[in-house]
Amino acid sequence: MKKEILVKKGAEASLYLQKWHSRKTIMKKRLSKKYRIPELDIAIQAQRTKRESQLMHRAKEAGVPTPIVYFVDLQNSTIVMEYIEGKQVKQVLDELPSNERIKICQNIGELVGKLHRAGIVHGDLTTSNMILTPKDDIVFIDFGLSEQTWEDEPRGVDLHLMKRAIMSTHFTHVDECFKAVIEGYEKVLGKKATKEVLDKITEIERRGRYITER
Amino acid sequence: MSKGYCLGIESTADDFGVGVVSFKGEILANINDSYVPEKGGIHPREAARHHADVAGKVITEALKRSKIEPKDLTLIAFSQGPGLGPCLRTGATAARSLASYLNLPLVGVNHCVAHIEIGKLTTGALDPLTLYVSGGNTIVSAYESGRYRIFGETLDIAVGNCLDAFVRESDIKFERGKPLGRIVEELAAKGKNYIPLPYTVKGIDLSFSGLLTAAVSLLKEKKYDVEDVCFSFQETAFSMLTEVTERALAHTEKKEVLLTGGVAANTRLQTMLRIMSEEHGARFSVVPKGYSADNGVMIAWTGVLSYLHGMKVPIEKSFVKTKWRLDEVEVPWVEKRDIS
Repeated sequence: MKKEILVKKGAEASLYLQKWHSRKTIMKKRLSKKYRIPELDIAIQAQRTKRESQLMHRAKEAGVPTPIVYFVDLQNSTIVMEYIEGKQVKQVLDELPSNERIKICQNIGELVGKLHRAGIVHGDLTTSNMILTPKDDIVFIDFGLSEQTWEDEPRGVDLHLMKRAIMSTHFTHVDECFKAVIEGYEKVLGKKATKEVLDKITEIERRGRYITER
Repeated sequence: MSKGYCLGIESTADDFGVGVVSFKGEILANINDSYVPEKGGIHPREAARHHADVAGKVITEALKRSKIEPKDLTLIAFSQGPGLGPCLRTGATAARSLASYLNLPLVGVNHCVAHIEIGKLTTGALDPLTLYVSGGNTIVSAYESGRYRIFGETLDIAVGNCLDAFVRESDIKFERGKPLGRIVEELAAKGKNYIPLPYTVKGIDLSFSGLLTAAVSLLKEKKYDVEDVCFSFQETAFSMLTEVTERALAHTEKKEVLLTGGVAANTRLQTMLRIMSEEHGARFSVVPKGYSADNGVMIAWTGVLSYLHGMKVPIEKSFVKTKWRLDEVEVPWVEKRDIS
């Protein structure tokens, strides 16, 4: 490994662009947090590195594009993965014409549906964690908070987070975007399962301290 | 800015507070009287009864302290929500009576907006990412296009509620009326050994109910020192808070971090957020003591800001809004020119 270029310093990890056995790769290194006591810090880093690499692979089996994992170093909380060409959905979504925006959101919904159908909950479904490739594919990244489960509750939380991310970042298109996400989701999981998850979202929202019933 | 004075009344939960501020943001009085339950948490009706009992006294005291005659007031503000219905209605009634008797305009203020605005006024923060933590709220928010947008919040109970309930469920002895969060802070400072507890971060949201249950059962097992349990409990809860704030900071790319609300008084939480903010090159500020917990000053000041932007409410429409969310409120005073 040599010639690493820091491409992004996120909240949790730094991403380095590098050549790895002549492939263009991203090295994701989780950073130790000085604000956390070491006992907690080490446990969190190890757990997330492990989960991320495992579930990124499972997601691919479920038909959801994710970067290929080449190498995992638990000791150093590092994952080497495929470099994905493209832009974050966050950057492009608001700029697109309405019909394309809806198409992308439906596509996202289908992919989330496929994850859930395979028992994977992403845990951090924001438009920053989705990459739109030049071929118009959407690739999901950042599985550090993901978990394996078939229950409605975590599925509901997953979609609730997605909705909230749209509300805070793409507030001018909230209704249109979330509706399209649900349409895509329903295509994969069917009417019944989708309704159950939607009911769960309502329940989760009502559970919040100050949420007007909409 | 035009001249004037505003009296603000806060009564969303256990505190009945009255503040007086000038339209320029000078704080002239900050008087507070808290309802202290015999046992358990806040009983809304009992708290409201307390507020009704002390309202006259606290308002008189605030006016006396501010050295302002009632006739010199320009504006009355009250916290219109969110909060406990009976408590809110008591404060609203007092505010309506004052406005009507003195023939002054009335402004209804969102309690969460007020916590952010008092933080900005007292620390000089201009466009911060705010972590607002109290007994009733846990919200990560930042200004974007006319409103304080919520980037993260608790999915169940607030962190302050989690701390309070933990002490009440335990057999920790404490002095009546002392903030329960401070008891945890003092015990935690003597703890050394970390016992793993549920750490629940979901995106930028978090959940405290599992942590509370686990921490209480650790205490009941009686296998561990209470100091160590408090230490582990606090480290876990505050690491979660700092992590979601960090996530929101990376997402919004703001250059300032503001800590506000009752739990902001905790020095361990302050330290963690300061370290995190510095790592990101963001300026960290914390609301000073006296303005972290609920107070009338923050209501008065936000009342001034609202009033100067034409937001007043006629008495007959001044209903309280128990579930009024932060992100439903337009904040036209936060203009781009204030944000460099």
